[in-house]
Amino acid sequence: MSKFGGSNNKKNVPGISSGSLSDIVFMLLFFFMVTTQLRETENKVIVKLPEASESAKLERKDLSANINIGTPVRHLQSMYGTDARIQLNDSFKTIADIRDFIAAERDAMSEAERSLMTVNLRVDEDVRMGIVSDVKQELRRCSALKIMYASRKPGGD
Amino acid sequence: MAKKKTPEINSSSTADIAFLLLCYFLMTTTMGDQSGLQRRLPPIPDKDQKVENQKANRRNIVIVRINSADKLFAGSEPMDISLLKDKMKEFLANPADDPNLPEKEPKDIEGKTYMVSKGIISLQNDRGTSYQAYIAVQNELVKAVNELRDEFSMREFGRKFAFLSEDQQEIVKKAVPQNISEAEPKDTGKK
Repeated sequence: MSKFGGSNNKKNVPGISSGSLSDIVFMLLFFFMVTTQLRETENKVIVKLPEASESAKLERKDLSANINIGTPVRHLQSMYGTDARIQLNDSFKTIADIRDFIAAERDAMSEAERSLMTVNLRVDEDVRMGIVSDVKQELRRCSALKIMYASRKPGGD
Repeated sequence: MAKKKTPEINSSSTADIAFLLLCYFLMTTTMGDQSGLQRRLPPIPDKDQKVENQKANRRNIVIVRINSADKLFAGSEPMDISLLKDKMKEFLANPADDPNLPEKEPKDIEGKTYMVSKGIISLQNDRGTSYQAYIAVQNELVKAVNELRDEFSMREFGRKFAFLSEDQQEIVKKAVPQNISEAEPKDTGKK
């Protein structure tokens, strides 16, 4: 009787279990942890990489040493001016400091991998070649001969 | 006796915690997008070493120069950057065996003999050249070599360079070398 009566049809809709939500989010988290890398240094120079359609990916990211060249960021311009500067690790350096920097980077690597070290030159597109040539000459003197001109694919950001 | 049930821990907040962690990692990390043009610098020559014997034959060298106003010169004539790639391909491939273009020598690679061009592209720049122009030219040169490699791979293996096995890629790399030398910096323009 009451089966078809429909009078007491107050059936509760079961609540959606949110227990698996955390699993989904954790999966996202692990995905991002694996595919990204920690930004190890703060950028003190503005680097807008030039475009190059033929740029190839660096295979061993852990074996690269970064040299940033560009104009200092806005809030440091009052102190350092707007001329292109070299940034190694976390501070502004000069050409003469590159030797120590390369030596330190080499020391941090294992013996077998030292020859594979790539120096990643991240240079702003508006920088003049003079400073880049100086850096290249210094790198040759330190016999860090594998270099890469960092660039971005056109169309990407 | 009385079976006391342990109360369940409310797990609805783990999602929030995980979201917080996720946001933290999104903010502090960068996508690994390190790409660029890889190069090998020439080692510093010894002081005692004679420079003369390193000099290549004149026909094997083309000098690409970018002056301080970002103007491009290939050989001695001014050139637009859009024409550089084809010019360099012609220079490296030398399809008609022109006596003014680089000579080729037979080279034995993995049991087969290929004609390998001895052409060298020498890239010179001024201190005042902008980095953007420099990379644009480097890019064109690399593109010329890559296209030659693709053509060679199609001829030999019937597939593009990127789809070859590693051993085959090594063969192609040896047969079509990327001889781009970055000359010693010199001041060509006036300051």
